[in-house]
Amino acid sequence: MTTEPKNTPPLGRVIVITSGKGGVGKTTSSAAISAGLAKQGFKTVVIDFDVGLRNLDMTMGCERRVVFDFINVIQGDAKLKQALIKDKRVDTLSILPTSQTRDKDALTKDGVEKVLAELKTEFDYIICDSPAGIEHGAQMAMYFADEAVVVTNPEVSSVRDSDRVLGLLSSQTKRAETEGAEPIKAQVLITRYDSTRVENGEMMTVEDVLEILAVPLLGVVPESKAVLRASNVGTPVVLDGPSAAAQAYEDAVSRLIGTSVEMRILGERRAGLFKRLFGRAS
Amino acid sequence: MSLFNFARKKQPKSAQTAKNRLQILLAHERSGGGASETDYLPMLQRDIVAAIRKHVSIGDKDVEVRMERGDEMSSLEINIELPLTGAHKDK
Ligand SMILES: Nc1ncnc2c1ncn2[C@@H]1O[C@H](COP(=O)(O)OP(=O)(O)OP(=O)(O)O)[C@@H](O)[C@H]1O
Ligand SMILES: [Mg+2]
Repeated sequence: MTTEPKNTPPLGRVIVITSGKGGVGKTTSSAAISAGLAKQGFKTVVIDFDVGLRNLDMTMGCERRVVFDFINVIQGDAKLKQALIKDKRVDTLSILPTSQTRDKDALTKDGVEKVLAELKTEFDYIICDSPAGIEHGAQMAMYFADEAVVVTNPEVSSVRDSDRVLGLLSSQTKRAETEGAEPIKAQVLITRYDSTRVENGEMMTVEDVLEILAVPLLGVVPESKAVLRASNVGTPVVLDGPSAAAQAYEDAVSRLIGTSVEMRILGERRAGLFKRLFGRAS
Repeated sequence: MSLFNFARKKQPKSAQTAKNRLQILLAHERSGGGASETDYLPMLQRDIVAAIRKHVSIGDKDVEVRMERGDEMSSLEINIELPLTGAHKDK
């Protein structure tokens, strides 16, 4: 896919995808959001901050092409240009994989800052895929962020952890520590939303979650079979054909870049429509 | 029941792809004995650059290393951009 290159200086906006709780869809969302931004013509790089448990490479389908990684660059063993992997589907998209063998201490604040500064001179959006938890790796992923996407499942422990992470975003980050700086713009992305279960009263509604977290909503991604399919084949869900999840991520991406898109909750019924129209499972 | 059998027989293609990808990747990761097989690459690159520098002056940025892992074999592609002039270094 070829996209129009832009002639303006890069935006250099750092967005962390975080959650606290593990397994809620950070990596899935990082892949989908970065691919969605790149599809719209923005030069985008997605960085894996989950040192020791590299997974973004698999989700993006570039696992066979990893040579150098984020840690090699931080430690001066490789140049940034050598570690960046250019996506084969969207030419405005790059991936910076992490190390599978080092530990999280290799992520130093100075090192991360230097790499981000270099990326900002070239990319419009720098998407940081945070590890789970609130330890060092997660802190490094959020520290230099301009914006945060807090991935939340409509489930008690996920919402609780999101609240905790929102607290950290407004206290333990560069923007929070810098006098006069605008605070990080945090938005919640509700994923694995199951309308049927919500209707049956088995799952909290979007309103319930927002009432508790009290931050703006970036989007609602339904529970969708398309997500597993896309991860099986190593393709961000927005590049893997039409599905309810892909549409929801596209909407979220539009909101992220400032386009107002009416909030809609795509679910099973919608998925049925997709199936009829395009002959592919949601 | 017949519907069930049909569903079972026809394994979704994406699951097979997932399995193949994992088998290739894990074969490489395990052969490294825990450490990534590519951990030697920075050293290899440094040595290659040093060897070339004995003859030509090149910068660190003139070296590009690419990898493609396969199930049968992997290939390592090293591209070195040589300067146009002054190819021979005077001692
Ligand atoms: N909308 C969705 N519908 C169905 N399954 C989903 C959805 N989003 C994520 N998943 C599944 O949830 C699992 C975890 O997703 P993912 O790896 O993106 O989470 P994570 O937050 O990055 O996890 P970790 O904390 O381990 O880094 C995966 O198996 C993924 O396929
Ligand atoms: Mg992850």
